[in-house]
Amino acid sequence: MIGNLRAFNAGIIFAIGLGIAGMTRPENVIGFLDVTDWRPALMFVMVGAIAVYSSFFWLVLPRLAKPTHGDKFQIPTSTVVDGKLIIGAVIFGAGWGIGGYCPGPALASLATLSTDALTVVASMLIGMKCQAMFSKK
Amino acid sequence: MSIPFSDQLIGGALIGLASALLMRWHGRIFGVSGIVGALVKSETQDRNWRLSLVAGLVTGGIILRFVYPDAFPSTTGETPLLQLVLAGFLVGFGSVMGSGCTSGHGVCGISRFSKRSIIATMTFMATGAVTVFAVKTFFGHGG
Repeated sequence: MIGNLRAFNAGIIFAIGLGIAGMTRPENVIGFLDVTDWRPALMFVMVGAIAVYSSFFWLVLPRLAKPTHGDKFQIPTSTVVDGKLIIGAVIFGAGWGIGGYCPGPALASLATLSTDALTVVASMLIGMKCQAMFSKK
Repeated sequence: MSIPFSDQLIGGALIGLASALLMRWHGRIFGVSGIVGALVKSETQDRNWRLSLVAGLVTGGIILRFVYPDAFPSTTGETPLLQLVLAGFLVGFGSVMGSGCTSGHGVCGISRFSKRSIIATMTFMATGAVTVFAVKTFFGHGG
């Protein structure tokens, strides 16, 4: 129960960070990706996020034995750069450029109940489901 | 605020903090596509923390609406529906196929110096840029 509450809180903090950073306005994302009229602001979202997370990952995490709720820290170990990684990133990047929404901001934007956010999230879930079925074969 | 890009840096720091807390508490990478992608699979067992986190994302959005309404576009419904459907579908399909999106690869993966994540992030940023250019060139300012 308390573990779920903590995950809930992490979600809240994440969404508020997205909002303050301007990630929940698709026009900012499009502006960041637009090489003809580049607005670099969102680069600094990554700078802030990576500064905090890499400090935690390299300085704090090695001192911890295990997570509060769980047996071990689950860090991806794969180093294989394959077609699935690249093609997936290409497809994701195309969708990101078309709409200006990546998954986190899309979900946070559900709070507005706008047709845009509802459409993007519904389509995103269908896309995820299709990929899950597609990769099973 | 007077420091350049302070909003982006503070917002980014909160994103990093939330990601650190999820690793501290649940031992998991804060990758939104991975967390949500597992929810659409029938075999996923650990649904509760995932659903709680998604509920937190939406609740964070609700809080933003009250304290910082400028976080969201003031006008919506101007983007053609088909464009939004295509955008959402490709984002969902591609992020699950490529094992990550802006959060999992872009923030957590780059912080870990993961080769896969660095290559994935460069790839989706480059494709995103090409796509925005193509949309702008062929459809005017439709994006």
